[in-house]
Amino acid sequence: MNPESIGSLATAAAIALGAIAPAIAIGMIGAKGVEAIGRNPEAAGKIQGPMILAIAFAEAIAIYALVIALIIKFVQ
Amino acid sequence: MEISLAAEKIGHLGPMPITNSLLTSWIATIFLVVIGIISTRNLAMIPKGIQNFFEMIVEFLLKTVDDVIQDEEKTKKYFPLLATIFLFIIANNWLGLLPGVGTIGIHEHGKFIPLLRAGNADLNTTLALAVVAVVSIQIFGILAIGFAKYSGKFINFKNPISFFVGILELISELSRLVSFSFRLFGNIFAGEVLLAVIAYLLPFLGPLPFYALEIFVGFIQALVFTMLTLVFIKMAITDHATESH
Repeated sequence: MNPESIGSLATAAAIALGAIAPAIAIGMIGAKGVEAIGRNPEAAGKIQGPMILAIAFAEAIAIYALVIALIIKFVQ
Repeated sequence: MEISLAAEKIGHLGPMPITNSLLTSWIATIFLVVIGIISTRNLAMIPKGIQNFFEMIVEFLLKTVDDVIQDEEKTKKYFPLLATIFLFIIANNWLGLLPGVGTIGIHEHGKFIPLLRAGNADLNTTLALAVVAVVSIQIFGILAIGFAKYSGKFINFKNPISFFVGILELISELSRLVSFSFRLFGNIFAGEVLLAVIAYLLPFLGPLPFYALEIFVGFIQALVFTMLTLVFIKMAITDHATESH
């Protein structure tokens, strides 16, 4: 296999594998957050804040994977 | 299709190169200053028009900061930096979505170099913001609880476990530089690449839902940067001994 095809495979693998865990994490955070709001609708405002923060932390990992994929693809 | 990870240089100011992202950041800054001057001219007790609109934004930010810090005096101390970070990031993000950004440019050596590019699509800008945020967190912590107590969070020799935890805390502080800059850069740069690719595949109609997504992402990333800085400031100014468990 020539370097170009390995490069394309590496790009795809980097973002595909790197997005699995953050996706599951964000789903779990959202589920727990929505469940907490359902149990106590009055506290919705207080739950929303930390929930968005936690989702941002989890998404950052997916973004790191995306940046690596972009570097592999566009930097010779 | 030419997508460049690094922002392209379009000029020089002495030894310092000027990139297209820097130019867009300057435009965003000038825009914010002009808006600030216009909305605070003839301040009225009962706000009308543009002053009303920006009072809404200031109220929203003030509530967000106050919800975490829970102390009016301290909120007033930390509010200017946090509000500036929020307004700067959101102005840069949304300005990068206007038509003309990324499409108007010059041909040089056979490559196309756009004159304007989203401000935060340059790792230098986001790294600068991250450095400002992390250094301010340290300064606010030292000013609030004193240098001895603040450095005691990171370097204390009471017992081996606290020493190890302190080293881990130090490393985690430094990793915030990386995470702040890459989170913002990755989101905005990936958004640009996404819009370019979708416009290439489905011209005119395809990018519409993705523009909506990018507007939302621009707002969320500004909010997340601000809220993370806010939460870290809150943690930095809290004295361990008086923390409620």
